Amino acid sequence: MEFLAQLVNGLSLGSIYALIALGYTMVYGICKMLNFAHGDVIMVGAYTLSIAMSTLHFPPYLAIPVSMLVCAVLGVTIERIAYKPLRQASPLAVLITAIGVSYFLQSLALLIFGSTQRKVESAINVGLIHIGDFAISGNAVVTLLLTIVLMVGLTWFINHTMTGKAMLAVSEDKGAAQLMGVNVNKTIAVTFLSGSALAAVAGVLYIASYGYVGPYTGSMPGIKAFVAAVLGGIGSVPGAMLGGILLGIIESLSKAYISTQLADAIVFGVLIVVLLVKPTGLLGKKVTEKV
Amino acid sequence: MSLLEVKNLGIHFGGLRAVDGFNVSIEQGSLYGLIGPNGAGKTTVFNLLTGVYQPTAGTFFLDGENLTGHSTMEISHRGIARTFQNIRLFTKMSVLDNVKVGLHRHVKYSLASGIFRLPSYFRDEQELNERARKLLEVFDLYGEKDFLASNLPYGKQRKLEIARALATSPKLLLLDEPAAGMNPNETAELMETIRFVRDEFNMTILLIEHDMKLVSGICEEITVLNFGQMLAQGKPSDVLNDPKVVVAYLGE
Amino acid sequence: MKQLLSKKNLFLLAVIAVIYAVLFALDAQGFFSRQAKALLVPIGINIILAVSLSLIVGFLGELSLGHAGFMSVGAYTGCMLTVNLDLPMYIELPLAMLMGGIVAAIFGVIIGIPALRLRGDYLAIVTLAFGEIIRSIFNNLSVVGGSGGLNGIPKYSNYTIVYIMLVITIIVITNLVNSRHGRAICSIRDNKIAAESMGIPVVYYKLLAFVVAAFFAGIAGVLYGHNLGILKPSTFDFNKSIEILVMVVMGGMGSIPGSVIAALLITVLPEILRGLQDYRMLIYAVVLIVMMLLNNNAKFNSFKQRVFSKKAKKQGADLAKEGE
Repeated sequence: MEFLAQLVNGLSLGSIYALIALGYTMVYGICKMLNFAHGDVIMVGAYTLSIAMSTLHFPPYLAIPVSMLVCAVLGVTIERIAYKPLRQASPLAVLITAIGVSYFLQSLALLIFGSTQRKVESAINVGLIHIGDFAISGNAVVTLLLTIVLMVGLTWFINHTMTGKAMLAVSEDKGAAQLMGVNVNKTIAVTFLSGSALAAVAGVLYIASYGYVGPYTGSMPGIKAFVAAVLGGIGSVPGAMLGGILLGIIESLSKAYISTQLADAIVFGVLIVVLLVKPTGLLGKKVTEKV
Repeated sequence: MSLLEVKNLGIHFGGLRAVDGFNVSIEQGSLYGLIGPNGAGKTTVFNLLTGVYQPTAGTFFLDGENLTGHSTMEISHRGIARTFQNIRLFTKMSVLDNVKVGLHRHVKYSLASGIFRLPSYFRDEQELNERARKLLEVFDLYGEKDFLASNLPYGKQRKLEIARALATSPKLLLLDEPAAGMNPNETAELMETIRFVRDEFNMTILLIEHDMKLVSGICEEITVLNFGQMLAQGKPSDVLNDPKVVVAYLGE
Repeated sequence: MKQLLSKKNLFLLAVIAVIYAVLFALDAQGFFSRQAKALLVPIGINIILAVSLSLIVGFLGELSLGHAGFMSVGAYTGCMLTVNLDLPMYIELPLAMLMGGIVAAIFGVIIGIPALRLRGDYLAIVTLAFGEIIRSIFNNLSVVGGSGGLNGIPKYSNYTIVYIMLVITIIVITNLVNSRHGRAICSIRDNKIAAESMGIPVVYYKLLAFVVAAFFAGIAGVLYGHNLGILKPSTFDFNKSIEILVMVVMGGMGSIPGSVIAALLITVLPEILRGLQDYRMLIYAVVLIVMMLLNNNAKFNSFKQRVFSKKAKKQGADLAKEGE
């Protein structure tokens, strides 16, 4: 029973990672860049939620969309200001810029909210769910269900709408997509918009399990989600889902059965082993250079 | 015995037979042409002969030594050097350094000697510079020795690639469309240079080319490839008049 | 010997000695405030870190986000040695630096192996993961003090020792880069497939770059520990690796003097901005973004070229002549 409970925990943690990993993977697929600031968007989402609920007294069904909206706007703004001028630049310049944006968001939050963590009322409150004598956390179940719904929705969006197909086209070949009349700028903006909105949801769910937010809240989940995206094969949407869930389960089980402190090391170790066996991740496409 | 002996070489990617049953034997000191329409598998043959791809069938021998299954590096050490269709220079290095990378294995001083600047460093670097100068002069590139390779005009980049390949002191030189993108004057000049290289270094050269004037002008023998299969083989004048070859190029 | 004593080398030697003497004299005169004096050693350490990382990033062309990991391995090895040995400083410290460097270099091989199979972003994430694993292991290793840190390290590092080590680092890496071995490393960066077909042993040179870089990062770590007297795993986190990477990128990829200057500026800048307290990090972030945007702005670059680069102009003129 204990094992089952840990598994549910892992699934719910993993689905949060998966939601964040989606943002990394979508942006990577289209711009071939590692958006290190993505983790900090979660933090912004969590702060927004906190202000909306405790200061403005919005009900959750209003506070969550507000938080998604703020993050979506933030994501698009970051892309416009910091990344768009660097489309032709070296990947390293873009990476450093993304790290700069990450530091910027963190220090801005530090200036506005101070360094102490802020308690946030959860937007999702579901009590324990009893199945026979077995009780599992309701929040975990909601998290898992919500993630599945969002994933299915996103997959449908990418495969069945014009904008989604434009995203696929741009990720395949930016130049060719442009020649076929795809508005590349708009498509990239949509990618950042949807990725950031998903990060906001991840922020809401993260808060529902941890209850606190600080300026560096987004940092570690951000890195873990990044690892999840790479584990699943960066650029692949199902890969992000798979990687996130796997990572969550590995982390929960290591914490429960091996060592709380070493859980992170185990997670990173698994990543290295997987990449050594499959250099482009579990579901990543193998790229061969044409000679 | 001939210098390069290729027997039944083939590779398939999934179901696609990119090259199938490729046979050729090239004599020491000859100039051999490999021609064929786009997508016929010519560059794939080069990739097989240099270990970039591993063949799924057949074998090839250089100077009697079986090189099938060897890595790109080992094949280079055994004496096959090449140029690339889409130029692959060391773009952020100087023209001189590009050639010196080619000489890497021929003037060897140790790591310690490099780091601590032992006498052998200075002696060997001088020799490297001297050997690189000779090669660059053949291609009229010595004046630009300190330029970044990427700053050279296109035609000179192609020449630098040949110079760099020669620096490895190969037995066999593979040239992948050396005249691509050159105007008729430059092509004529290149023909002279290729002939000169053959005579001066007693080099054996296998080249892929689309420019028929160049091919028939300098190659002693050619092979035509179409859809991965060999279509014809022999003297240029015979092969280029072969009805099968005309059909492959021009259609019925 | 004649070549070693060339005019250029003698001039360089003079510059090295003069910089040292001037700083030393200024210090003796009490010119530096206490804060400034405390910065001399960290500046030197960061220069060693930046120059060593530039071998991987700037010359081999691989992205490493785990340089702090090598630094920490060296730091813990060296400091454990001096804490547990009871030898005079002039034996203990060189021994500690050597051992720290060697153990870090061994880790350089370990992390270099994935580098043989992985490329670009995938390697970056593996180096990041490696750094984090090392950190969490130190965090849980009670022998080295766990998360509380390793205490009681003798404070051996001083300006002179750090200066000597930084000069050695710069000379070794500059010489390496300008040898046939360095050219092989650069050729892998520029075009791996072409390098292989030139017969360059890519595996050996990739590992070599990682090993040499890790060795010096390890030495920097040893100096770091003997400067503060305490080592904490949290110092060697992802942000430290990024900080070193920023130095290399800002200094201009593949430029050793650039890395040195950038390391100097990035170490000093936060101290200058100390008065601004919380705004410090914000300013740093903005500087970072603006620098990257400017560096990749065509207008700004052509402006920069007009002002600075006479050499480029000359090359252009030569080329133009050629064309006529």
